[in-house]
Amino acid sequence: MRIVEFVWKWFDEVTGVSGWLIPLAKHPVPHARRSAWFYVLGSATLLVFIVQIVTGIALASAYVPSAGQAYHTLAFISDTRFGHIVRGIHSFGASAMVILIGIHAIRVYLFGAYKYPRQMGWLTGVALLFLVLGMAFTGQLLRWDQTGFWSVVIAAEQAGRTPFIGNWLGHFILAGDTAGGATLSRFFALHVFFIPALIFFFIGFHLYLVVRNGISEPPKMGQPVDPKTYRRWYQDILHREGVPFWPDAAWRDAVFALIVIGIIVGLAVVVGPPALGKPPDPSILQASPRPEWYFLWYYAVLSLIPRWSENYVIIVGPAILIVVLVLLPLVAPKGERSPFKRPWAFGLVAVIVFMIAYYGTVGHVAPWSPRMDAPPLPVEVIGTANGPIADGAKVFRDKGCEFCHKISGYGGIRGPDLTYAGDQMTPEQMETRIYSGAPNMPSYNGNITQQQVSDLLAFLSSRRRRPATPLPLTSEAK
Amino acid sequence: MSEDPIHDSESSSLETDRRRFLSRLSIVAGSIAGAIVAIPSVAFLLGLRKVPHVWRTVGKLEDFQIGNTVKVAFLDPSPLPWSGVTARTAAWLRRETAQQFIAFSVDCTHLGCPVRWLPDANLFMCPCHGGVFYANGTVASGPPPKPLTRYPVRIQGGDVQILTSPLPITT
Repeated sequence: MRIVEFVWKWFDEVTGVSGWLIPLAKHPVPHARRSAWFYVLGSATLLVFIVQIVTGIALASAYVPSAGQAYHTLAFISDTRFGHIVRGIHSFGASAMVILIGIHAIRVYLFGAYKYPRQMGWLTGVALLFLVLGMAFTGQLLRWDQTGFWSVVIAAEQAGRTPFIGNWLGHFILAGDTAGGATLSRFFALHVFFIPALIFFFIGFHLYLVVRNGISEPPKMGQPVDPKTYRRWYQDILHREGVPFWPDAAWRDAVFALIVIGIIVGLAVVVGPPALGKPPDPSILQASPRPEWYFLWYYAVLSLIPRWSENYVIIVGPAILIVVLVLLPLVAPKGERSPFKRPWAFGLVAVIVFMIAYYGTVGHVAPWSPRMDAPPLPVEVIGTANGPIADGAKVFRDKGCEFCHKISGYGGIRGPDLTYAGDQMTPEQMETRIYSGAPNMPSYNGNITQQQVSDLLAFLSSRRRRPATPLPLTSEAK
Repeated sequence: MSEDPIHDSESSSLETDRRRFLSRLSIVAGSIAGAIVAIPSVAFLLGLRKVPHVWRTVGKLEDFQIGNTVKVAFLDPSPLPWSGVTARTAAWLRRETAQQFIAFSVDCTHLGCPVRWLPDANLFMCPCHGGVFYANGTVASGPPPKPLTRYPVRIQGGDVQILTSPLPITT
């Protein structure tokens, strides 16, 4: 023990660590009372980020960022017992970071903690939010399976909608004229060096600001922020009723982080990492790329907006989001912080959370995507194995109708459900639609024979509810 | 007090000029040092490799039946030693007549997903947002803003060849 004490004394004498570390750990923070558990979200985000660094370094020690080999190295990592778990932790950790930084931002917004003097805290937080989303996107792509490969192509196509520099920007993302050898290395460098470097910088700045300006006190109604008096007032409450950060507040951060990390590791062990898809071979065209859950809402929005607005929404939508988030602390630096005095803040958060959840669910279902892997209609559904109705069912399949139209639970949902088409449309109406098409349905004019149409009409007209059988009359009904 | 070179209130204007010069010298020196490192690094990142358009043989003339649309796979114009399977690329190729071919990029003009050919329906369909193209590549329905991109095709000594192109990006 004496040797430890000796070494520590020597170390402290030559570095002066205790002179700033101990006061930093014990710096007074406001007594948060009933709101105390709301203050654990930022630290939990930070701790999950550290989990990502640890597991990321472990993965990088075996991952080969080469377009031809990355997929195989991931399969290799996944096949080892702990590699499987580490990949799982990194994947669930990514989801946890997106969730935690989102809830943290909502908490800060509802508490009005972006107001004076903490505007830069909010702005550095906004930068971190977008950097975390950047990590999430580049990370799922490094899986470099079929979906990873097509994600790059889709990202390049979206960037292509930028005015003037679109084509150049799209090819910049691909790191060349085609998606290939140089593309993956570029995203690896982004995910492992460039974005993390920015995150380190902004976390450092963010934490420095938290210490310099003090953690915000829980808002009280009727206590508006006045920049002229706020700092003195804040020092007064710290002096009156502040508690040392370590351990009075920090224990909650530690306990919450343990719960979060426990859930992440538990899911990694029980559920495991996301399965690897097909290899990233661009000549395999049986591909249906889908974004990860955190971008599903955006995928849904882009799919549902009117077509003419697409170019604007792809480019202007994210830009507006950034501008709004940046302007918030600049246009509202003072005044009431309590969300009960800012009821629209609750409303706005509710709308945003609802939209993300709703469009996320819609994006998960993706009704606009044809179900190109739908199994053919079984004979029980068709109702007969031969004759015009059976031939029509084959036409329904061969012409791709089934990929977009559902019949008795089989097929896509892009177009109307045709289970009871015979009850809803006359054969003439069906024929018109088949020949003329619609904005989301191709015209089959010239693409279908008269015989095929007549079979198809026979099949569709046979899609009816069971003809109502007359109920046997009972004695009571008489 | 006059011994203190920093806090000397009577320091000459010569000393002030000297310090101002040294400040500017330091800033200029740092900026030049930064620039000579940053310029080649950024230029390297921005310098897109322009790949040549090259003719790739995708099969023998007799391999293709008139009227059939088939997927052909070939090497992209810029395969790198470490590209692996990503160096491959594909196109939809149809033999129109004995001597005439037509080739389409597999990338949907909406957001680049790979379209599939439905041989019985004579349509290309995109699995992402349900874009549909007619056999001649024009838009049949759904969100694609323009027809499928075409690749030039030629017949060279019994070989069918496709002229490779950069990934078509709809702007």
